[in-house]
Amino acid sequence: MRFWGPRMAEPILSVRGLSKSFGTLRAVDAVSVDIARGSITGLIGPNGAGKSTLFNLLTGTLRADAGTVMLKGQDVSRAGPAALFARGMARTFQIPRPFARMSVLENLMLAPTHQAGETVAGPFLRGKAVRAQETLIRDKAMAVLDFVTLQSLADHPAGQLSGGQMKLLELARVLMGDPDLILLDEPAAGVNPVLTETLIHKIKELNGQGKTFVIIEHNMEFVMQHCAPVIALAEGRVVFEGSPAQALADPLLLDAYLGAPLDG
Amino acid sequence: MIGVISYLVFFATTASILAIAVLGLNLQWGNTGLFNGGVVAFFGAGAYGTLILGGAAQAGHLGGYGLAYPLALLGGMIAAGLMAWIVGLLTLRLRHDYLAIATFGVAVAFENLMRNAEWLAGGAKGVRGFERPLRSALGDGFIYNLLFFLAVLLILIAVYLFLERLVASPFGRLLRAVREDEEAAASLGKSPARLRLTAFVTGSVILGLAGGLYGTFYAFVSPQDILPTLTFQIWAMLIVGGAGNNRGAIFGAFLIWGAWTASGWALSRFAPVEAQLYTGSLQFVLIGCVIVGMLMWRPQGLLPERLVVSQRGKPPSVQ
Repeated sequence: MRFWGPRMAEPILSVRGLSKSFGTLRAVDAVSVDIARGSITGLIGPNGAGKSTLFNLLTGTLRADAGTVMLKGQDVSRAGPAALFARGMARTFQIPRPFARMSVLENLMLAPTHQAGETVAGPFLRGKAVRAQETLIRDKAMAVLDFVTLQSLADHPAGQLSGGQMKLLELARVLMGDPDLILLDEPAAGVNPVLTETLIHKIKELNGQGKTFVIIEHNMEFVMQHCAPVIALAEGRVVFEGSPAQALADPLLLDAYLGAPLDG
Repeated sequence: MIGVISYLVFFATTASILAIAVLGLNLQWGNTGLFNGGVVAFFGAGAYGTLILGGAAQAGHLGGYGLAYPLALLGGMIAAGLMAWIVGLLTLRLRHDYLAIATFGVAVAFENLMRNAEWLAGGAKGVRGFERPLRSALGDGFIYNLLFFLAVLLILIAVYLFLERLVASPFGRLLRAVREDEEAAASLGKSPARLRLTAFVTGSVILGLAGGLYGTFYAFVSPQDILPTLTFQIWAMLIVGGAGNNRGAIFGAFLIWGAWTASGWALSRFAPVEAQLYTGSLQFVLIGCVIVGMLMWRPQGLLPERLVVSQRGKPPSVQ
């Protein structure tokens, strides 16, 4: 415990010694990082560095072999994805996972937790409460759709959206749960420049409202312009932590990215 | 004339009972994506449960509880639900084809249990001597059958309305989300495992209700009534009618049962004498062809699922 010097604000997410192996491959190897509240943290690294695996560990989709994860000061190392969402940590997927044969609006209305109508008996025994809640949820969903500029697609099947629209849909969906911490897995990949601009704009706006973001992104321009700090992974380990400017000047990091032969 | 009407009532009663079963399967498969390959086991649990609980004392096997008919029917539904709960706890972690294989195995095991465990439900002879409700007051004639049909029809309508409201509710939305992408649903704070179990049990209770009515209608149930064929017939009804659409499920039940009955009649009427032995098998071939054909050319069924179910977006306000 430090009793002197400027006291650091408690990080929203604190990771210590997190590890995960698949067979003999150490996909995530003793990763320890703190995510500062209110930051837009960029997570970079070459393909196979363990970024998505780290996301899956943090959000409870995968169970870690070792290590602890503290979310807002509470130990959530053993919590599953549903519990973590309820505690205010949400994530999107590298390849969007819309509920394809549901409307865009329904995709959003699903997300709020503790809905009275989510049991077999609820819609019959608590009809009035369910209807009232549905009205509130629908209004909120329409407002969120408006925010991400998808309002005109509310009744479209989500599976028919373009790749970029699906990224926006996933962001909108997690916003329905009012998370404090949002993990975005390659939000700009395969998205046209106009929608990427929209997405960045929305992320900045949400960040201004106090939401923290952790973003995996391969687009270096995106990361250097919009993320701070930057964390780099290589072979499952943290090889760099610092500002974007420091990242650009770091020989080890350049080596991790450029030392390996470029594919494609 | 009365003969034709009498037959139509008989046909419509059977079709309505099967329609209830198809609605139960639709909740599992159409709405939740649970591939129940053992439909007939839950149907059978309802039939056996109802007849054993509501029937007269039987020499050599369970029975003679003499429950009032509604309680017996409810007991049959509970029996089906309990079986689904146990089977569900054991198998619902399996996906799609594996779940289908496991549940198919359960159905075959159930049939064999019923065929061999004479102490339980009469073995191959089945459960006989069931007194149909109100029979002493109404007799056995046309009026009884007509009233029974109306009762079944009312129950079918009630089940339909129940399910329509359920799938349009947040619960129905949750079912479809789990069907579409379980991992994404979990990432949004939902518990897919619990939901799958709930949907499996609820659908099986409805299958049990259909089975109970079926057993009541014939006042008899035996292992011959719970052969895998019935599972395929009920599946064909759902696929042809339109998985995910309750009206499609009912429509499919009447259509396929009509086609089944008509093809049976036509084959027995027109097939050459030496081929008569095989007409039953030909019917199975036909139903197989119908399933395959639908899956190839119109997998969404005749009445496809509606996409906007729980809530419609407000039209964008243009000012």
